[in-house]
Amino acid sequence: MNRFEYARASDVAEAVRARAADASARFIAGGTNLIDLMKENVARPTRLIDINHLPLRGIEDTDAGGVRIGALATNTAVAYDARIEARYPLLSSAILAGASPQLRNAATTGGNLLQRTRCYYFYDTGTPCNKREPGTGCPAIAGVNRIHAILGASENCIATHPSDMCVALAALAATVRVTGPSGEREIAFADFHRLPGDTPERDTNLGEDELITAIDLPPEGFASNYSYLKLRDRLSYAFALVSVAAALTFDGDTIREARLALGGVAHKPWRDTAAEAALAGKPANRATFETAAAALLADARGYSGNAFKIELARRAIVRALSQAAAGTPQVQTDKRVR
Amino acid sequence: MGTEASAAGVFSAAVRPVTLSVNGADRELRIAPWTTLLDGLREYLGLTGTKKGCDHGQCGACTVLVDGVRINSCLTLAVMHEGATIRTIEGIGAEGALHPLQQAFIDHDAFQCGYCTPGQICSATGLIAEGRARTPEEIRELMSGNLCRCGAYPNIVAAIEHAMRVAETAP
Ligand SMILES: Cc1cc2nc3c(=O)[nH]c(=O)nc-3n(C[C@H](O)[C@H](O)[C@H](O)COP(=O)(O)OP(=O)(O)OC[C@H]3O[C@@H](n4cnc5c(N)ncnc54)[C@H](O)[C@@H]3O)c2cc1C
Ligand code: SF4
Ligand code: FES
Ligand code: FES
Repeated sequence: MNRFEYARASDVAEAVRARAADASARFIAGGTNLIDLMKENVARPTRLIDINHLPLRGIEDTDAGGVRIGALATNTAVAYDARIEARYPLLSSAILAGASPQLRNAATTGGNLLQRTRCYYFYDTGTPCNKREPGTGCPAIAGVNRIHAILGASENCIATHPSDMCVALAALAATVRVTGPSGEREIAFADFHRLPGDTPERDTNLGEDELITAIDLPPEGFASNYSYLKLRDRLSYAFALVSVAAALTFDGDTIREARLALGGVAHKPWRDTAAEAALAGKPANRATFETAAAALLADARGYSGNAFKIELARRAIVRALSQAAAGTPQVQTDKRVR
Repeated sequence: MGTEASAAGVFSAAVRPVTLSVNGADRELRIAPWTTLLDGLREYLGLTGTKKGCDHGQCGACTVLVDGVRINSCLTLAVMHEGATIRTIEGIGAEGALHPLQQAFIDHDAFQCGYCTPGQICSATGLIAEGRARTPEEIRELMSGNLCRCGAYPNIVAAIEHAMRVAETAP
């Protein structure tokens, strides 16, 4: 780990000022991603701004009828919050599918959004990597790429965003609230994370000097018909190979509105509004779900080690939508897939 | 801005005093900001019961309770915990007065090499306090943050299930 200066910020304005004053300073929240990357010399901040004392831990109702989650609310606090469990169980389920209880106790909402890819080359400073060192190349494309993207990748980077929580937030169409030197702004969840394009070093559209203060959930939580299905190499404490957040509302037997987002398949949580549109107004049956899966995966492309993900994703989409329609969401403690 | 706030906001790489309440006693460490809580406990306080397995959040050997909550001490900095209450395996039981979890681990033969055991027991202490596990499946899932390379899992789950029942029937 490199040597750095440390200070505790006592309010949001002070934290933002300190970040704006030094381009290589970083905020530290739970530390579960940043300290890991610092130990690998992938992150080398000159200064750490400890934001844990900022008043951003609350979870409260919004005037719009939704819920606001403070950026420092831990993953555990959010997953087991009575309101989130009752109104946004898809979010609880996705959070509980991720990491371990110890990590969720430390990890924060803001930090989860900004966690970086688990690409092996990104983590290994002995190899080139366009995301870590722009212009050096992407060894994953012709190398070991089992965990890499099948959608939205570029010739510069095929990394995936590893978060589970963010897949549910994408499906729920959350809003990210941020504060920078010039004040507050809101970013729609779909616009928060980026595709790699020719700037893979940028994961998100958050400004260098902006602090995430909260996530706003809209009123509709799809609490009756949802599922978060996560498939991985072991049953717990592993990142997703493919995960699916599915949520439906109904008019009788007809799907009124559908939400469909995938994790582990792209540089950002992959919500597909065209596939959602293909579900709306249709009966909730296997043929409908297969059509949506085919639409979502139409442009999917596999590499030497991850082509299996395309078929895995197709089946996972159909399964998650079936679970959502039946009101039998995937249980995160009992891993049998029903 | 008051003196305290500006003092809090001063950036420094210097070695500094950090006070932690560890296993019931106030301890002052003099440490640089990059010292993890795990290294602070082991190298500066000599509390080597907490183990370093992976040092990357991937094994759970370093699990301790901070203000009653189980976390991985390898992925947090000691300076971030000024004033916090820390409980390590050394504070869970004493020789001759084992904690029910420690006794249950012995009775169920819940280890082989024992390297993961302090983390398992601290984690299980947190699990029981959280009160969210009822069934063996739930224990397995909510203990998944603690790996055991010796593969003692069936006995670890049995020991925790037993200690959980003891905790429930305790007066
Ligand atoms: C072994 C292991 C397994 C894991 N498995 C999973 C998994 O299966 N699924 C999953 O989703 N996640 C998983 N995680 C990742 C974990 O969820 C993240 O590390 C965690 O959410 C990051 O939150 P944090 O508060 O600790 O962030 P930090 O490490 O403190 O910060 C991460 C980044 O966010 C920035 N930051 C933090 N807060 C703010 C803010 N409010 N505003 C602006 N910038 C901010 C920091 O500067 C830093 O760059 C795993 C992690 C580990 C170590
Ligand atoms: S996939 Fe992205 S993160 Fe991985 S080596 Fe290529 S450029 Fe780096
Ligand atoms: S040493 Fe901390 S999780 Fe392995
Ligand atoms: S007893 Fe050896 S690692 Fe668990």
